[in-house]
Amino acid sequence: MIDADLVRHAVEAAKQAGADAADAIQLSSDSVEARVRGDEIDYVKQARERALGLRAFVRGARGLSTALVSTSDLSHAAIRALATDAVALARATAQDPDAGLPSDGFARDWPELELLDPRDREVPLERQLAEAREAEAAARAVDPRIVNSEGTSVSSSFDAVAFACSTGFEGSYEGAHHSLVASPVAAENGAMQTDYWLTAARRRSELDAPAHVGRKAAERALAQLGARRVPTQEAPVIFEAPAARAVLGNLVACLSGGAIYRKTSFLAGKVGERIGSDAVTVIDDGRRRGGLGSRPFDAEGQATRRTVAVEKGRLASYLLDVYAARKLGLRSTGNASRGATSAPGVSPTNLWLEPGRDSLEQLIASTERGLLVTGLFGQGFNPVTGDFSRGARGFWIERGERAFPVEEITVAGNLADLLRGVDRVADDLLWLGSLASPSFRVAQLTVAGAA
Amino acid sequence: MSTRLPTQFFRERFGVDDHSLARTLDAALDGRADAADLFFEYSTRDAVVLEEGIVKSGDRHLAQGVGVRVQAGEKQGYAHSDEIDAQSLIHAAATARAIAAGSGAARSVAVRGPTAPARDLYPIGSAPTDTPIAEKVLLLEQIDAYARSRDARVKEVLASLVCQNRHVLLAASDGTFVADVQPLLRLNVQVIVENAAGRREVARQGGGGRFELGRVLLPTYWRPLVDEAVRLALLNLEAVPCPAGAMDVVLGPGWPGVLLHEAVGHGLEGDFVRKGTSVFGGRVGQRVAAPGVTVVDDGTLPGRRGSLNVDDEGTPTQRTTLIEDGVLVGFLQDRLNARLLGVAPTGNGRRESYAHLPMPRMTNTFMLAGSDDPAEIVRSVSRGLYAVNFSGGQVDITNGKFVFAASEAYRIEDGRITAPVKGATLIGNGPDVLTRVSRIGFDLALDRGEGTCGKDGQSVPVGVGMPTIRIDGITVGGTER
Repeated sequence: MIDADLVRHAVEAAKQAGADAADAIQLSSDSVEARVRGDEIDYVKQARERALGLRAFVRGARGLSTALVSTSDLSHAAIRALATDAVALARATAQDPDAGLPSDGFARDWPELELLDPRDREVPLERQLAEAREAEAAARAVDPRIVNSEGTSVSSSFDAVAFACSTGFEGSYEGAHHSLVASPVAAENGAMQTDYWLTAARRRSELDAPAHVGRKAAERALAQLGARRVPTQEAPVIFEAPAARAVLGNLVACLSGGAIYRKTSFLAGKVGERIGSDAVTVIDDGRRRGGLGSRPFDAEGQATRRTVAVEKGRLASYLLDVYAARKLGLRSTGNASRGATSAPGVSPTNLWLEPGRDSLEQLIASTERGLLVTGLFGQGFNPVTGDFSRGARGFWIERGERAFPVEEITVAGNLADLLRGVDRVADDLLWLGSLASPSFRVAQLTVAGAA
Repeated sequence: MSTRLPTQFFRERFGVDDHSLARTLDAALDGRADAADLFFEYSTRDAVVLEEGIVKSGDRHLAQGVGVRVQAGEKQGYAHSDEIDAQSLIHAAATARAIAAGSGAARSVAVRGPTAPARDLYPIGSAPTDTPIAEKVLLLEQIDAYARSRDARVKEVLASLVCQNRHVLLAASDGTFVADVQPLLRLNVQVIVENAAGRREVARQGGGGRFELGRVLLPTYWRPLVDEAVRLALLNLEAVPCPAGAMDVVLGPGWPGVLLHEAVGHGLEGDFVRKGTSVFGGRVGQRVAAPGVTVVDDGTLPGRRGSLNVDDEGTPTQRTTLIEDGVLVGFLQDRLNARLLGVAPTGNGRRESYAHLPMPRMTNTFMLAGSDDPAEIVRSVSRGLYAVNFSGGQVDITNGKFVFAASEAYRIEDGRITAPVKGATLIGNGPDVLTRVSRIGFDLALDRGEGTCGKDGQSVPVGVGMPTIRIDGITVGGTER
């Protein structure tokens, strides 16, 4: 399904148009997505998408100048016109001594990453719709207070990536992504609550059963009925795995090479320093088998690899693409990512917080009083300072047990203090995407609510 | 303004004419579905980004494609393709029809007489994407030099200019046949400052809309943006931790209107209302805000970021009153939800691109002015927070809980604005928060044209606005007691 000749053609066209170096990426995707509410289909959407991104570099006295162009018109004529545009654009931008393509570090061979099961291409839409209905029915069957649904969404996409650059790398790979997300609505005494649960995998055989997803989503929505605020106070806070993943997302933004060389991360210049408690180990691995973020090479052709970012609380490595690495005098960690219309930037591949030995229930049982956060929302995070303040929902813990559900509160503090305050990490690492975290407890944060 | 009908663009470039449209719609309807429509898009976008004093890259992107939709009852089938030709159209139509597999009454399609929108909210001589990149590079270099000249503590400047020109053509089985050309530009300035003690802070400002690039190139346009970004970043160097807990809050005019967008706007979108998942469902005619609070959504404001001549289903945009003097009076509708609810569409059917299904979305959402003096509103608070800039928010429409994060806020002590505070987040409940509005200023302002709204993975440009208001007893998520 992917035409490797096309990216090679684009690179050659750029060089013919006057570029000193060029790389091209082609992204192709065939996808279907649908949403079902109750028994009824809400929508079904089918798509074929093809796009090509081309980067052209022109040499000057003080370095290379760069342009990035893209098109969804993949005719050879359109690509030749695009290449000419790119070179003209590059000549209008500044020369940058750090710009340019890598000359080594390319992926040469890689293990089978299990990113796709060919049999999944044959699965009819009807089967996926039936699975969505199954999740909806399972959610309703949990309790009569499950009165409605925002729908269960199913999606499957088969994607292909082809990449070529003028410094000697060419490669392609395919991968698939399947998911099912259920969002039932629970109601009692005129108040509604919703929550979601999902399963996502590269191969359909690795998805959780639809009924399990529906039930779990329903149980989460039901448990939130009757939620109230708690008084403003300092308290220990346990982040349940899905919320813990959101915290990890904030940390990732601060580990990214772009934020480091721009000094817009509070972690800039801190490699080797202690930034968290002994319980904090964070790993990025682009070659995890079947990983939702796995890929054999990154968006600059660099071999993906395993990078220990934080080791027992000590900052061990940033996540880098080629440009950020040059700015910092380091080597790329194979974390370049790009769409057709975006320049390469750093993103994690499969990144997780190493799990501990206790169960979440043990963490709760060992907390005399405090907050269990099951969901975070809002974007209140400043990577420059590490300050955060985010909306939260979950449960108040009294004497080691969930006492009542809470909502309309915030948790606030500084990410540096949070990482140093992680005193227990649970064993429930859960892969719902390319980032994963087990539940963990922080000794103390500010909880704002009533009064 | 070009005298050429926008529909001509698609005929000349892709050979799309009345006849091929009618044929495709016929294939999509197959005489059985309730409705079918086609959405063609041809968009060009360019971007320049400056950092470390230089424009490191120039970008230019071209996206084209068509989406075919078939509706049968509550069901929607959608197929899209980035190839625009007769064969792809018929294929997509067949796919969408098979998906929706309707059984409605037989009908047929007539497409005649393309129309231009009845008005032009963004009349411009040349598209912002037509201006040579060299002029855009020069603008960012001027901004960089100016920002650094303002204060020695300015260590880094990130500036970007994104220009877009979007041609759309819509044809539907009810006879709708309209095209529009939608320019959009946005300038962003981010300033990083550092004091002698090594403390670093950042602040951003942005602006833009659907108007000529020439306006942005004028120092009278961009200098105030830069001044504001520098002022905010320096202010953040002095900011102290934010108080936590429930307190009285005064929101400044303009961008804090994002409160309305999150707290009530999303919950009034017709899809959530129809499905019964909005906390506002079934509450028309009820009090949801204090007397004096009137909230409107208006897609017809000339040149604004959230404005459109026609929405992405071809319906002319309009001004819709959502809350009138504190009472809920209306919802925002696209065609599907309007049909299913038995009401008229309100011109709020929007989509990110041809690759997306339309949904009810906001345009420019704001609260009308009251009669209070803004200074007097601040003086009326003995202990609280004055919040004037926000970075964004989010809402859970089912339970109504919303959150939004302040990027500029101060303590109010004994009616006086005192120390700037950092990292304030406000959290509240949509149907409740506007009932706590106790003062409304006469200083209604709209934002500078920087809002982007996300819903179901689709981003669309929006506007917000508000006068200064006082809200009694809302939870502030800080760290200090």
